Amino acid sequence: MRLNEKIIRYIYIITFTFLTLTGFAQMPIFKRYHIADIPGLGWLAQFYITHAMHYIFAVILIGLSTYICVDYILNKPQGYTITSRVYAKSIIILGLIITGGLMVFKNLSGTPYSPFMISLLDLSHLTLCMALLFYFILLLGRSVRFY
Amino acid sequence: MGHAITRRSFLKGTLTAAGSIAATSSVARAAAAMDKGEAIATLIDISKCVGCEECVHACKEANADKYPKPQKPFPKMYPKGVKAEDWSDKTDVIDRLTPYNWLYIQSATVDMNGETKELTIPRRCMHCTNPPCVKLCPWGSAIQLDNGISRIDADICLGGAKCQTVCPWLIPQRQTGVGLYLDILPAFAGNGVMYKCDRCYNRIAEGKVPACIEACPENVQTIGPRDEILKQAHELAASMNGYIYGENENGGTNTFYVSPVPFDKLNSVIEKGKGKPHLAAVSESMGTGDKLAMAMLIAPIAGVVGAAARFYNMSKKES
Ligand code: SF4
Ligand code: SF4
Ligand code: SF4
Repeated sequence: MRLNEKIIRYIYIITFTFLTLTGFAQMPIFKRYHIADIPGLGWLAQFYITHAMHYIFAVILIGLSTYICVDYILNKPQGYTITSRVYAKSIIILGLIITGGLMVFKNLSGTPYSPFMISLLDLSHLTLCMALLFYFILLLGRSVRFY
Repeated sequence: MGHAITRRSFLKGTLTAAGSIAATSSVARAAAAMDKGEAIATLIDISKCVGCEECVHACKEANADKYPKPQKPFPKMYPKGVKAEDWSDKTDVIDRLTPYNWLYIQSATVDMNGETKELTIPRRCMHCTNPPCVKLCPWGSAIQLDNGISRIDADICLGGAKCQTVCPWLIPQRQTGVGLYLDILPAFAGNGVMYKCDRCYNRIAEGKVPACIEACPENVQTIGPRDEILKQAHELAASMNGYIYGENENGGTNTFYVSPVPFDKLNSVIEKGKGKPHLAAVSESMGTGDKLAMAMLIAPIAGVVGAAARFYNMSKKES
């Protein structure tokens, strides 16, 4: 694996880990289940902190995903084919970015969405996240390509 | 507030009618504003409030149907230490916010021009222009209407109380043993429903005035289109050499308190705590998120530039 790929892979792992953690932290569960009581994890129960962190890692994810796509188009690596698994994963990530982006827009002042739309976005974002987690768990132990 | 009782009885018959006529015309303007998709706001003139609590009782009466009717005994909750919050036996508590009391009267004893005066302040949800309770609710159960009113849908709320934690005034109040969580996993997720002032959204939709405004014998509150009400708040503040609270707090709200005494002074003397909100300065809760949202727009551009730079470097190396 080239250095470039290795770095990207690590950034991806860190980004997804924090996006998942801070995403789940949007639900009031870490305090209830005393996870936030573990020394060093108190921030998981601080909604404004996890909210900002989720945004920051989303910025990294969006930047990195665009980089990888454009890089793939420009530098098409020899002998690299996109498998159906990677397609599926890319569609899930795209879905997460789109639903997340719409939710960021919703959070801006003066953009009241209908209650139905808010619930739909919340649930689809959560479902897509679960699908991605399921994908990672399924491939755990095998040599997983993170992009 | 013993002195207020006689005054209350006296005022009830004489001034309420006049009050409602004034309020009704303002709600007509508010309704017109709503038709244009504008936010409605209220002005609360603290100098006029006599602390009679008519508004508090009117709120309880008008919204009684919306109050929780919990099932008892409450389902056990895990892990141990998750506390049930039960106000169903204390529905007559009116000296703080509870699921059964969405408005209460806070009092402040202050020195004004060398005189000791007691000011009374009706407190409830501020109906923030960008309400974190709504924006950060993970289920979409807290909603903001086109007219700026924020309310919590009791049929969807799971009672996790995030809205309370993120509210700068910790307004929403929880009742256990009621709501959707009972039908999902009551032992492991949720803890009831959150309640707060919903600005009498149903009355407003019918073209009526919120109950607290209609009942006030002193016309303490004025309701109308936000721009108009804000203008009135500034005029009133200027006329009494006074101060405004709610215009810029949390990035702006739809409630403007006008007081002859500075709010930091009021804040230092009012009783604060659970169900008793402060009057301190509040920065914009959603401000950091809004700034980061801008960064999200730049992120894809950075990605394209990065990939293009790599392509350029590689092409240069190859040639
Ligand atoms: S005051 Fe609190 S409960 Fe009311 S709209 Fe603002 S954040 Fe929500
Ligand atoms: S607007 Fe309605 S719900 Fe809100 S405090 Fe007044 S009476 Fe109560
Ligand atoms: S706002 Fe009006 S009704 Fe409420 S306590 Fe003050 S004077 Fe009485």
